[in-house]
Amino acid sequence: MIGGITLAHYLTVAGILFVFGVFGIFINRKNVITILMSIELILLSVSINLVAFSAYSSDLTGQIFSLFILTVAAAEAAIGLAILVVYFRNRGSIAVEDINVMKG
Amino acid sequence: MNLVQTFSVALPEFILVAVALSLVLVAAFANSSESEASTLKLVRSLSLGGYGLAFLSLFMLPAGQVVLFNGLFAIDGFAIYMKGLALLGAFFASWLVSDGWGEGVDRAEFHLLVLMAVLGMLLMISAHDLIALYMGLELQSLPLYVIASMRTNSLRSSEAGLKYFLLGALSSGMLLYGASLVYGFAGSTAYADIATSLNDDVSVGLTVGMVFLLSGLAFKISAAPFHMWTPDVYEGAPTPVTALFAIVPKVAAMTLIMNVTYFAFSGISDQWSQILIALSVASMIVGATGAIMQQNIKRMLAYSSIAHMGYALAGLAAGSLEGAAGVVIYMTTYVFMGAGAFSIIMSLRRDDAPVERISDLSGLSSTHPLLAAGMMVVMFSMAGIPPLAGFFGKWYVFLAAVNAGLVPLAIIGVLTSVVGAFYYLRIIKLMYFEDADAPLDEGISRQNRLVLVASLAFIILFFLGIGQLSGVVGANIVAFF
Repeated sequence: MIGGITLAHYLTVAGILFVFGVFGIFINRKNVITILMSIELILLSVSINLVAFSAYSSDLTGQIFSLFILTVAAAEAAIGLAILVVYFRNRGSIAVEDINVMKG
Repeated sequence: MNLVQTFSVALPEFILVAVALSLVLVAAFANSSESEASTLKLVRSLSLGGYGLAFLSLFMLPAGQVVLFNGLFAIDGFAIYMKGLALLGAFFASWLVSDGWGEGVDRAEFHLLVLMAVLGMLLMISAHDLIALYMGLELQSLPLYVIASMRTNSLRSSEAGLKYFLLGALSSGMLLYGASLVYGFAGSTAYADIATSLNDDVSVGLTVGMVFLLSGLAFKISAAPFHMWTPDVYEGAPTPVTALFAIVPKVAAMTLIMNVTYFAFSGISDQWSQILIALSVASMIVGATGAIMQQNIKRMLAYSSIAHMGYALAGLAAGSLEGAAGVVIYMTTYVFMGAGAFSIIMSLRRDDAPVERISDLSGLSSTHPLLAAGMMVVMFSMAGIPPLAGFFGKWYVFLAAVNAGLVPLAIIGVLTSVVGAFYYLRIIKLMYFEDADAPLDEGISRQNRLVLVASLAFIILFFLGIGQLSGVVGANIVAFF
């Protein structure tokens, strides 16, 4: 339909991005900011999925869904950064390995 | 349907929206320093009044199913029941915080954020479409992330908020990825259309999407293996916030899971019941064994709530009418047990500072006999000792599991409740058979006493009304089958 690129191509890209995002959260040992970026990556992979499905099935719902996701992602990032600033003031560090006051 | 009719069916939500928006104005305009106390009083009574009014408005809603807003929002007897439960829990939690012992969280922002979160929960309960599900879930989650880190000068509170946010955002991502696959392979985001699309052959994509969707939702009810955040958040968040987390959000998330499994994905019940069985077994084992070694009472209750979710999921996995009724009854008793337990924990303080270690409870029976007796009733109920409410919750879900042929699941459930009884009974032993290190402060606030009496009355007298309750619940959820 679109220059030989099929739905499967889009789904593959989105799947790879999703896996990158999830691994970025679990493997990353350095910085919380990286985790926030990984979360954005996951949300963007979902948006690619939705828009691709929407375009290939000529149904608008998926594009509307992805607009909602963009809006909520912005709010989520704002809240996440605010919590991170509060945490930094108390701890003096945002390294992932330092988030360990409570465990067990 | 015209505008007035639409508004009247979504009345509880509109009441909460109106109260929340007016609270923004009240807090913004009246918050000069000299009037702070009176502003807080006004904000508290407005938010409590909002929950009360929304609760009363539930009785004006039509009993049959009504679908609004182009199929995004649906209300029926089941939704009304669960909304009532969520509003009751929110009322208890907000009432507990407003006794002036709020540990720095009893501020106008707190009440506003809780109102927004409860609004999100009501929308989750009524969601009839994946978009509505996602928006309701986020409207609930975002305020909860903030109130977990409400005590901004406390390291533990901000760490709890950070952990809750990071894992919550990951779970939303997984849920969304599942929702996108479901949308693609079912061709629609509406529950009803998804259910219809399952009548033809079921594609792998739909099943994978359903698995991701359920994993994301399992995070929200803290079912193992998606429970990692629960103990840390319960321990780190200020106690009034923990009380809210323990009482309310799980009602809404469990309703969401019931709607998704029993309605949207009713065509592939074999697939999802496998997942629910795995979640249930893992939660029961993690909850029962994890709590044994805990020294902090909030952390212990976190593991206890993981175990409770495991028992509730056992009923859900049965996939039958009595299983669903069992889950609803279980969640009802869970709300009251949580309210009772936290009204006691929030009354315990030494030298005006809250106590959180389990060993601080030792000798409670000699210094505070009434609180100790109340705690004993709540702990016996959580352990599932008849004739208290907790016993009937467990009885219904295990009975449903056995009748659905899930005998091993029920056996694991009973065995883990025996293990769980150990740590509930340990608290009773500490309170009655050991001496106090140092006396706790005298007195219990009016708010705590009222919530405690209400939940104890419910727990003790539950067996009188169990027949009527199961009749009401059964009549309301029969639409699923």
